[in-house]
Amino acid sequence: MLFTIEVNNKQIKALKGETILSALNRNGISVPTLCYMPKLSPTGACRMCVVEIEGKSDLIPSCSFPVEEWMKIRTHSPRVIKARKTLVELLLANHPDDCLYCVRNTNCELQKLASEHNVRERRFHGRKSVLKLDQSCAPIVRDPSKCVLCGRCVRVCSEIIGVSTFEFTNKGIDTAVGTTYGKPLNLSNCITCGQCILECPTGALYEKESFSLLQETLHNTEIYPVIQCSPSVSVAIAEEYGIKAGKDFQGLLFAALRKIGFRKVYDTGFGNDINALNVATELADRIRNNEKLPMFNSCCPAWVKYAEQYLPELLPQLSQQRSPQQLMGRLIKQNLFTANSISPEKIFSVSVMPCTAKKFEAQRQEMTFNSVSDVDMVLTTRELAKLFRLNGIDFTAGESELADSPFGIKSTASRLYGISGGVAESVLRSLHFQLTGIEMPQVKVPKIRGLKARKDVRIQMGDFEVGVIAVSTVIQLQQVLKEIESGKSVYHLIEVMACPGGCINGGGQPFTKDENALTARMKAIYDSDEKDSVKSAHKNPGINEAMRLIIKELEGNETHNKFVATFEKRSVLL
Amino acid sequence: MEGLESILARYPKYQRDNLIPILQDVQEAYGYITEEAIIYIGRHLLLSTTKIYGTASFYSNLRFSSKGKYHFEICHGTSCHLIESGSIISEAERIMKIKAGQVSRDGMFSLEKSACLGACGAGPLLTINGEYHENINISTLTQLIANLKNS
Repeated sequence: MLFTIEVNNKQIKALKGETILSALNRNGISVPTLCYMPKLSPTGACRMCVVEIEGKSDLIPSCSFPVEEWMKIRTHSPRVIKARKTLVELLLANHPDDCLYCVRNTNCELQKLASEHNVRERRFHGRKSVLKLDQSCAPIVRDPSKCVLCGRCVRVCSEIIGVSTFEFTNKGIDTAVGTTYGKPLNLSNCITCGQCILECPTGALYEKESFSLLQETLHNTEIYPVIQCSPSVSVAIAEEYGIKAGKDFQGLLFAALRKIGFRKVYDTGFGNDINALNVATELADRIRNNEKLPMFNSCCPAWVKYAEQYLPELLPQLSQQRSPQQLMGRLIKQNLFTANSISPEKIFSVSVMPCTAKKFEAQRQEMTFNSVSDVDMVLTTRELAKLFRLNGIDFTAGESELADSPFGIKSTASRLYGISGGVAESVLRSLHFQLTGIEMPQVKVPKIRGLKARKDVRIQMGDFEVGVIAVSTVIQLQQVLKEIESGKSVYHLIEVMACPGGCINGGGQPFTKDENALTARMKAIYDSDEKDSVKSAHKNPGINEAMRLIIKELEGNETHNKFVATFEKRSVLL
Repeated sequence: MEGLESILARYPKYQRDNLIPILQDVQEAYGYITEEAIIYIGRHLLLSTTKIYGTASFYSNLRFSSKGKYHFEICHGTSCHLIESGSIISEAERIMKIKAGQVSRDGMFSLEKSACLGACGAGPLLTINGEYHENINISTLTQLIANLKNS
């Protein structure tokens, strides 16, 4: 039911039951927020969103107060502005004064609030927080002294992802966001998905970076730097430059990477194709033999870590294929050795991912060959933008270029890996061919597309009716596992992505406040599926050559198959 | 000592409102909340260990390490606070080389702040293993600790 309220002496329409903030936002009136998270129930912790309501003596937090018919609201009265300014000043009272050296400098919500409210002097002098920097975890660094206790990391981890690594601990002045027993992150149950980094308004959580090593490597003539780039990066990186989401910049990105000094630039899409093809073969075998079903994807390293911690009994059901990044890492070093006689130790293989967990995956013990890492460094989308700036390169200017061969050709299915449901879709395209010997009549599977957290489809393939479900976030997975246990649902393939929506919303993607950014990134990927004629992994003409390489290596190394992923139970405080 | 399983058996599964009684029982049996206990409670109530630790750390009565041989509770209630029990606490922290809530390395002393020990007329006061010592000042505190060290 719509009714009218008065805001700043103007009439606006409000819906019964919604909060004041939501009515304001819908009518284009913006109020600053800090702890507010659009998809979750409000906490009203930070009070930044307070407004003045006629007839109420106190200021009211608009994020958590339901709108009512009689209300006359003032969103920017002097009293409100003064209160908000004081709140910011109090938040700054114990905040370290090192904005210039902070990883979030120019991109920090607290800094923005301070500047918007014209904070020009320090009114309150609190004892500065000096807490220990936690660098234990491979991808994520936590600097608790910069924490403003907004609780967004706590909530995203427990209410959206479903892991609960962080919680408020202690009370009063000692309140802090922490892990169980204050353990370092590497010993906690963190799955390194990085969604907390996307949520953090300040520099309390960020990815571990090592630009100086990379910069030195790029200019070291002894070393041969190469890079691979994931398809989800090219649809999002432009947002770092203020360009609206929704366009694919892959060609320009490849060109810019060459300008920085990478000797070879590869597309991880090729790895996606091999992964899809191998997963399809593996799944076809399992369906024919009716064993180890349902099968789970293993290309999301955060999901793999979750399974290793929480669901060790399911590990045999995970696909034994390496993830695209690690497949490519292995192939790149192998190929440069056989074709160009460059020894693997001399190659510095970098990968750009929309993901923080890939940093964890790259340093897993089994991801090496003769003690040399397959992927030496993983950058997130955000880090790549920083690297471009560091090297004075505007990647939007210039001509598009193609990825280097022999891994330059890819099917359009490979692009879909970036969206939840996309792995399943590209596997299905090849699975149909494997099971029936004919191509899928309709390669698009609309039922498994979109940003919904849970999508399923049943497709008849010859004698088999194949059930597939794609879930993003482990909360959704827990629900599906319950249904499977109770016998309510039967699936052959379960695709799990740790981040809501899949890799396009990965923990390494640009910070965005634009609610439509995800839809736009998704559209850019679906659009590219329409463009080329090669739509399935098994039709990728380049794969044969890569497969020959794989087979050649396997012949020499039968006992130790280096393209198979292994998983092990992990003991952490759950 | 009562086993974890028999403590948990007294409480129905998945009923999270029992978290605090369970934590109290565990502390009663073990003297503090052990890592093992948190994992078991988590499985029993389907709660992550972080949530349990977060809740438990809110209450100063729940401990995460064993008590020392001499367990000091120093009153920090309103009346004691007004007659400067704060400086007594910081002096105790300085001598014992620990912070409130911790145990000294040799296991001799543990220290806790108490919200009120209920003898406001005799403050500032403290208890050592439950035994009351009234009208404490810094020199009597130093003396008390020195006596315990030498005993």
